[in-house]
Amino acid sequence: MSESTLLMKADGQTRKNKTIDPNNTERKQGLAARIWMTIRMPILAFLFSILAGAFLIIITDLNLYKVIDKAAESMTVLGKVAIILAFVILIASLVFYFYPKSLTLFKLRGSKILTDTIVRVIGLVLGILIFIVLLILSGWKDVLMTALNSATLAYGSMLSGSIGSFPQMVSAIKSGDMQLISDAFYSLSESLVAATPYILSGLAVAIAFRCGIFNIGTEGQIILGALFATVAGYGIKGLPAIIHIPLVMLAGALGGALWAFIPAILKTKFKANEVINTIMLNYVAFRLSEFLLNGPIRRPDQTEPFSPYIELSARLPRFFLYPNRLHLGIIIAIVIAVFLWWFLFKTTVGLEIRLVGQNKNSAKYAGININKNYLIAFCLSGALAGLAGANEIAGVNYYLSGTISPGYGFDAISLSILGNNHPLGVILTALLFGTLRNGGTRMQNLAQVPVEIITVVQSLVIAFIAAPVIIKTLFRLKGNTGEKLVVTKGWGK
Amino acid sequence: MNTSLKKPLITKKLLAMSSRQRKITMGIIITLLALTGLILFTRGTNLDTVSTFGLNSGGAAAVQVPDLVIPSFWTIIVLSCLLLLLGLTQLIKGFGSHTNKILGLGIFIFVVVFLVWATREKSLNLTGLLRLSAVQALPLVLGALSGILSERAGVVNIAIEGLMLIACLVSVMVSSLTGSIWIGLLAALIASGLLAMVHAVLCIKYKMDQIISGMVINIFSTGITGFVSIKFLVNFPDLNQAPLFPNMAIPGLANLPILGPIFFNQNIFFYLTAILLVVINFALYKTRWGLRTRMVGEQPRAADTLGIKVERTRYIAVLLSGLIAGLAGAYLTLGAVGRFNRLMTAGRGFIGLAAMIFGNWNPFGALGASLIFGFTSSLESKLTILKVPIPSQFLLMAPYIATMIILVGVVGSVTAPEADGQPYDKE
Repeated sequence: MSESTLLMKADGQTRKNKTIDPNNTERKQGLAARIWMTIRMPILAFLFSILAGAFLIIITDLNLYKVIDKAAESMTVLGKVAIILAFVILIASLVFYFYPKSLTLFKLRGSKILTDTIVRVIGLVLGILIFIVLLILSGWKDVLMTALNSATLAYGSMLSGSIGSFPQMVSAIKSGDMQLISDAFYSLSESLVAATPYILSGLAVAIAFRCGIFNIGTEGQIILGALFATVAGYGIKGLPAIIHIPLVMLAGALGGALWAFIPAILKTKFKANEVINTIMLNYVAFRLSEFLLNGPIRRPDQTEPFSPYIELSARLPRFFLYPNRLHLGIIIAIVIAVFLWWFLFKTTVGLEIRLVGQNKNSAKYAGININKNYLIAFCLSGALAGLAGANEIAGVNYYLSGTISPGYGFDAISLSILGNNHPLGVILTALLFGTLRNGGTRMQNLAQVPVEIITVVQSLVIAFIAAPVIIKTLFRLKGNTGEKLVVTKGWGK
Repeated sequence: MNTSLKKPLITKKLLAMSSRQRKITMGIIITLLALTGLILFTRGTNLDTVSTFGLNSGGAAAVQVPDLVIPSFWTIIVLSCLLLLLGLTQLIKGFGSHTNKILGLGIFIFVVVFLVWATREKSLNLTGLLRLSAVQALPLVLGALSGILSERAGVVNIAIEGLMLIACLVSVMVSSLTGSIWIGLLAALIASGLLAMVHAVLCIKYKMDQIISGMVINIFSTGITGFVSIKFLVNFPDLNQAPLFPNMAIPGLANLPILGPIFFNQNIFFYLTAILLVVINFALYKTRWGLRTRMVGEQPRAADTLGIKVERTRYIAVLLSGLIAGLAGAYLTLGAVGRFNRLMTAGRGFIGLAAMIFGNWNPFGALGASLIFGFTSSLESKLTILKVPIPSQFLLMAPYIATMIILVGVVGSVTAPEADGQPYDKE
């Protein structure tokens, strides 16, 4: 693949990202079909993971077990048999859908027809229907409703918590009152506020991935960026906002880049694997900020370890009235994402970075300085993560505390992979994750489902994306399912 | 033991750094350590101050030994000079293949110098410190062993952290529920073994990138343990009260001074780890299974040609790796604190991996590295008592920074199994 890209470079066709493969049927398809081919995997993976999350929510719902106990008290033997039968049928239909070959075990006649997609879907639907009917007939309606309720309540409260209600928005816009509008769009804007650091840190992970670097240290780089931004925010006084804000953002980028420079130089100069180093630097960054917050940059009048507030001139302007916190950061983040897309796909440096990531050896063969590209990509990655931290300081919190990042750096890994490590994909997945994160708090309050369910769902998403074969076999997809994600082979090679 | 047997099957000349550059880097690191000792630690140390190291631990030993009293200033000077000598020799002449051991020795001397400086005019219970180091090193040794088993068969396993975490949670919950500590331990092993099998299936069957698969397991464990602990452990505190494995004093040996409390009065995990170290070392280098496992990790194609089932061997290795990681996790709870805290593994799985790399994928090499890490981790809790003028956060950073230095220091002189991290394709 990379060799053909190289050839294209020789032809001056540096603009093309996809390689031309004579056997590749995708080229003959229209644009819509091509887009569908690209996004179907992430969508299926996400939906599947959400379903798995719902399963987890249902089986950990204690209320459900109480209802089951109650239902079991007044049950006949026939009912019990029916329940068991229902579960057997459900499992059988699932097995049949996902693994139709299992039917050939029974040596049924014409079992070939059974592997047909339509037959499989009908089988699945029938199985689920029979399951539901059997449960209702044997008096387990309450149980079924409770299970459904717990899942829908969780996801429903997550959605409503992250978007808000449409009628309220419409009436607020009609009334034209700024305060009403600000309140009506509060949930939605909070999702965007949460999405902003996700975009930036997702881009950080994405550019590193594009260069073949696995940057798990985004979390530490965010902290360092926030630290630098805070110091620049309250340390420098008397500047106009037009200078101070860029200064704070640059300080954040510098902090992140410096923190990423350590594993970068260790990787290029000493060939030390970046995975362990970046993880170790995360821990060091936590301790460093803890130390600074307890000593040098602690706010004098505070008992808690908080830094002083940054100057008014260092704060990013907000679009709506208090308490709506939507700030300029989201626009900065999107502009940076578009810029990064241009950088990665339209410039020579970007091409070199991607070539190094695709195949180090052929990049070397083409005369590309690998170490230089590692350094550039790693430092850019750190700078983006640092910007995410600075964005939180200058746009949301206005001061540094120990909980500046609730795991943005770790979430960034999964959202970058879900977005195919493409800057524009990252924007979309970051919006999705911002929505999840924002709604998660409400879900925890309303449905008593810990927000950690998002982390579980994320891990499944990465698994399904990184091993496309799983989804491919489960849903019998045909055609190209995207490039295989390969970061590293072994240690220090 | 014959050292030639310990070498990987096929010696590779894949040195990342040129030996000259490496020699100089190592020399500079050691010299810097020596200069730090000479300049920083001699300041504020009077000529006649003494450091007192207590050698008795809580009066458990029948034989009492007098405290070790040494002159602080001169010890610092002598040891730093020795370190300087080592550094300069390395810089000029180089120690060749012994560089790793010299680096380990250098760090050890530096820590001793630091300790002498920290205890000037005070007294520190050395036995207690060493015992704590051994205790801190234990999960790291197990983590490293877990990594060795899996990586010797060619599967990179950075999921150890996650496996340990899930074992922590399961062991606490099951043993609190059933009241039986043994069932808890068993459940922890089963849970981490199952999760390791997920890693194995993703890596071996679906040929997923092994680092990403490991991260998937880590993220999953972080999520699911957080989920369960918030959902259940907060509301039902009874579920978070596991019994502890008692200390088992070995009759006779436990009464030895210094050695007794460190080695012969620990709980079952300590002895199990010691046995595992020996058994795994023996199994890897002296048995047919070990030979096959290493061959699969080095040259899977050749192994396949010889009729060794590559995939099955890898599955078994990853499963064993998961079981040992589970033991490490169970130790953190059932052997140490008896309750689950979120993210309680605190990077120990990764530090164990660093120990594995430092030890060149050999069990006893990893043991040495784990002891260094254990020692640096134990400093924090002991040094806060001494009121050392270093913020505790920096002492807490020590193991992580040591990990990075050591990783940088050894790359180029260690050789990973040839096929480490590469899925095996039959075609």
